Amino acid sequence: MKLFGYQLPAMSSLLVWGLLWEIIGQLELTFFLPALSDVFITLSEIMTTKPFIKAVIDTGQAFTLGTFYAVTIGIPVGILMGKNRFIDELLLPWVNVFLSAPLTALVPVLMVLFGFGLKTIVITTTLFAIWIIILNTRAGVKQINPALVEMANSFGASPMAAFMKIYLWAALPEILSGVRIGFIRAVKGVIIGQLLISIVGFGALFELYSQQFLMSHFWAVLLVLFAMAFTISEFLGLLERKVSYYASKR
Amino acid sequence: MNNQTTSTNAVSVRNVFKNYDDVEALHDLSLDFPKGELTSLLGPSGCGKTTLLKIIAGLLPATSGEVIVNGKTVTGPGPDRAFVFQDFALLPWASVLRNVAFGLELRGVPKSEREAIAEKYIADVGLSGFEQKVPHELSGGMRQRVGLARALSVNAEVLLMDEPFSAVDEQTRRKFQEDLLNLVKHENKTFLFVTHSIEEAVYVSDQIALLLPRPSRVSEIIRPSGFRHKPIDSIRRDSEYLDIVDKIWESLRTYVE
Ligand SMILES: Nc1ncnc2c1ncn2[C@@H]1O[C@H](COP(=O)(O)OP(=O)(O)OP(=O)(O)O)[C@@H](O)[C@H]1O
Ligand SMILES: [Mg+2]
Repeated sequence: MKLFGYQLPAMSSLLVWGLLWEIIGQLELTFFLPALSDVFITLSEIMTTKPFIKAVIDTGQAFTLGTFYAVTIGIPVGILMGKNRFIDELLLPWVNVFLSAPLTALVPVLMVLFGFGLKTIVITTTLFAIWIIILNTRAGVKQINPALVEMANSFGASPMAAFMKIYLWAALPEILSGVRIGFIRAVKGVIIGQLLISIVGFGALFELYSQQFLMSHFWAVLLVLFAMAFTISEFLGLLERKVSYYASKR
Repeated sequence: MNNQTTSTNAVSVRNVFKNYDDVEALHDLSLDFPKGELTSLLGPSGCGKTTLLKIIAGLLPATSGEVIVNGKTVTGPGPDRAFVFQDFALLPWASVLRNVAFGLELRGVPKSEREAIAEKYIADVGLSGFEQKVPHELSGGMRQRVGLARALSVNAEVLLMDEPFSAVDEQTRRKFQEDLLNLVKHENKTFLFVTHSIEEAVYVSDQIALLLPRPSRVSEIIRPSGFRHKPIDSIRRDSEYLDIVDKIWESLRTYVE
């Protein structure tokens, strides 16, 4: 952004919006929107409380496990689909259905199947993240220069070696962009799972704060979540740009 | 040549047919490649030279017929053959060193050992100092040399080269041709060499196989003999060299017109 010919640092527009929020909050127009400064004060208060720390740990744990499964299952499945016509035709319709399906509707079913705890949330997170990772990996593998695979075969590469040394690397830019979008969806998955179960992690906190109309608490938690999702996305974006330098040269 | 026993042929192609769906690429092709010699495959574009080379490499199955390498029928790729690809097929994310050592890496040679071997061949193809560069930092000719060094470093008896000099300028090409003649002389390997250039084929070959347009088979085998042992820089003025070039052009021009 530029102002009066000066290049402003990235995201400085956030300051403007923050200021607007503060003013509206100070005017006390609605209980729903406390001033931003109050939210920050609340945030610094609750940050050290037990329920908050527990929520962060629970969420972090569910997110880590969920994305771990999404990546370790999604990438091999995507590579197999890209390599093998038969597997591709078998799985592609399902991947597409699940990619666009309203997965939130599945969470109650998962709750019945897997209980009201970590397991259900991890599975929800995985379900949110995995499909786009599969699809992107598949697309990445499909555009691999067939000469590279042929070259590896000509030197007697085992299927495992071809997988680890050719497919994975040649499709890396697409895989990483799939992982980035997958992780953003995983944040949604964690939170939606927690909200629907509402006795775990931030779901429990939201439940507590909104029932008691603790609006600045509510906003504080929301800010934390937004910041977390944004940081994850930016970090993966950075990684993606790092590998894309050779993507155009393939 | 026909009364030679198979043991002096590094590669024998026997009655090979190859169909791609409804396209018949090779039709009853038979050809012997004598050990320690360089044989060129020369023929119009699309006649099946790459197809033949890939069948010999074990990368493509023949529809029928068989290929025998050192007495054994080919069923797939093997350590006795190495391929130099028309479009290089280098790993874009790996350094020159890793690319050259990649054939050895796939064969499980320990890192320090394979890198020492790779270093030697990088020097041989004149790329010393470029070990840590990645392919897109190199020119087309340099990439081609990386592909060549990779094929040399696995020390296969048979080198399958698909238009290995197509991406270089005329000067570099002449240099490569001389280097190739030296390789044939000193490495005691069998070279199968695909080219579009009649002059190049005559210059470097012990044997030239002219292929007909699709469906392809061998129309003629020419063995330049007189000038092969003369000094390298006098070959292009040799009268036999010039005669053979003319003769091949006579055979091929009918297909161009
Ligand atoms: N994968 C494929 N599927 C179908 N047809 C193919 C395939 N590969 C090659 N062909 C056909 O087989 C014929 C021979 O192809 P090939 O690549 O072997 O020719 P070439 O002699 O190497 O040509 P060039 O000199 O242009 O490289 C061509 O007519 C081509 O169209
Ligand atoms: Mg070809």
